[in-house]
Amino acid sequence: MTAPPHNKNLHPKMSSSALNVADKHSVWSHLKTNRNLLGLWFMLPAMAFLILFLAYPLALGIYLSFTDIRIGRTGEFIGLENYFWLWDDPVFWTSVFNTILYTTVASVFKFAIGLYLALLLNKHLPFKAFIRAIVLIPFIVPTVLSAIAFWWIYDPQFSIISWTFQKFGWIQSNINFLGEPWNARWSVIFANIWRGVPFVAITLLAGLQTVSPSLYEAATLDGASPWQMFRYITYPLLTPIIAIVMTFSVLFTFTDFQLIWVLTRGGPVNATHLMATLSYQWGILGGKLGEGAAVATAMVPFLLACILISWFGLQRRKWQQGETDD
Amino acid sequence: MTDALSRSPAVTGNADDSEGMSYLENIPRKLVTLWMPLFIIMFVLLFPFYWMALTSIKPDAQLLDMESVNPFWTTSPTLKHYYALLFETEYPRWLWNTMFIAIVSTILSLISSVLAAYAIVRLRYTGSQTVGGLIFLAYLVPPSILFIPLSSVVFQYGLFDTPFALIFTYPTILIPFSTWLLMGYFKTIPYELEECALIDGASRYQILTKIVIPLAIPGLISAFIFCFTLCWNEYIYALTFLSSSEQKTVPVAIVTSFTDGDAYRWGAIMAGALFGSLPLVLLYALFVEHYVSAMTGAVKE
Repeated sequence: MTAPPHNKNLHPKMSSSALNVADKHSVWSHLKTNRNLLGLWFMLPAMAFLILFLAYPLALGIYLSFTDIRIGRTGEFIGLENYFWLWDDPVFWTSVFNTILYTTVASVFKFAIGLYLALLLNKHLPFKAFIRAIVLIPFIVPTVLSAIAFWWIYDPQFSIISWTFQKFGWIQSNINFLGEPWNARWSVIFANIWRGVPFVAITLLAGLQTVSPSLYEAATLDGASPWQMFRYITYPLLTPIIAIVMTFSVLFTFTDFQLIWVLTRGGPVNATHLMATLSYQWGILGGKLGEGAAVATAMVPFLLACILISWFGLQRRKWQQGETDD
Repeated sequence: MTDALSRSPAVTGNADDSEGMSYLENIPRKLVTLWMPLFIIMFVLLFPFYWMALTSIKPDAQLLDMESVNPFWTTSPTLKHYYALLFETEYPRWLWNTMFIAIVSTILSLISSVLAAYAIVRLRYTGSQTVGGLIFLAYLVPPSILFIPLSSVVFQYGLFDTPFALIFTYPTILIPFSTWLLMGYFKTIPYELEECALIDGASRYQILTKIVIPLAIPGLISAFIFCFTLCWNEYIYALTFLSSSEQKTVPVAIVTSFTDGDAYRWGAIMAGALFGSLPLVLLYALFVEHYVSAMTGAVKE
């Protein structure tokens, strides 16, 4: 009995919105009955694509990983055999190790350099828009085409990096960038960082631009150091957007295929195989679709973890902005 | 109050264009903390493109000779590689394939996404919130776990090695992204406009085409550019679903098609890579703001 008037006093807006709803009701009432039907028609094209070419293949992929299907012949259900076989295969574990190394190292550097670049670009600069446009170029150019540039830069004989270092006298012979396991790993990680930094930097910059300058002014008056300003103003306000950007970045790095396939094809001697490239190698080139699907399905638990983190990042952001789920 | 505090030193002290607290920094300090790191990062980001462009105009002899000429420059630029690319290979055909596939699947996805986003945001049918969440999840499903089952699906539907294999599968990457982006744009359009139209007797379809779409044009441009870029960039589906040379897209063809026996024709490869990026870079140069808002909008919404 006391609750409704109490609410009204707290939120004067509520009474007016209740009025609106009543108004709408008369106008919309005749449409409301078939709104669900209308919604169905509007959703139809998108749902058709997503169900036929996304949801169905996703389920089919998990099913295929339990069969011994090969290219050109249908498979039998063999239970977990593919997974047992993966468990005993050192190449698979190398690819898991590489994927984790690749994702961790590249994401940490992408985040650090991207945040640093965003902070630099957020300062008062001449030609700011132009510089920002230039920074994004590595992200615009198709990965395969920029990977080709790296392929040539990493050439064992005619690498421009080897040439420069030799001229400076730092090294004696050419660096075999893609021919030695560890060199190859660091080389592909570098190319991935190069490609990912602009995305992180520009999205974080968009977040930085929403931070009110008066906060920094107040902090300066209170005698805060630049590090304190970053730690206690910039970072907390940026946390939600960092969570989302890094989820995307980690997700796409973890499932990367293009860069590795162009630069090394998983070589030398499987040293740079990621799970995605291994899945292609076994599933499509080797023709063992079932085993390839098992490798791909093994990525799913990690992806789920990423999605959960992203989901909680989104929730937290909404909560911080006081945005309701309207 | 804070505004007055921050502006007063700039007005009284130095009448330059300093903004906020930038008067606290002097030039030598700025040089070390700002311009030097910025220059180094920009150099690393842009060097591969310089190297690509330079390689594509170097004569073959200078490509493999790093002793007699400085490799960072070329004395006799040539367009020979571009000529070979455009007239002696199937490159124009691959470019056309890529363009055709990208445009058709982008348009298909935009139509589907406009309808879906409108229905989720404005029709609010039962369960529309859940569907919105599922579409966001679909955005997080990467092509690298789908390509094996999709290749068998594409084969079953009889689309293997046709452009339609890509035209129908790319929307699964594009629709979640652009629906999510357009939902954000549609939310900003005032509800009252639609109510007025409803009172005047407009149908849902009329409201969508005459009111909502014209008001969401910036969002549509952003979505178009981003989708087009994603299509152009896609590799694993194109590599898996296409096998004959005349069906290939630029990214797939360029990696495999420019070899003389064991030797790579670096000049032609670089020319092809540069030429293949050109449409995207042009589009980007014309619509930088839309592109940036698409990228950041999808993250922020």
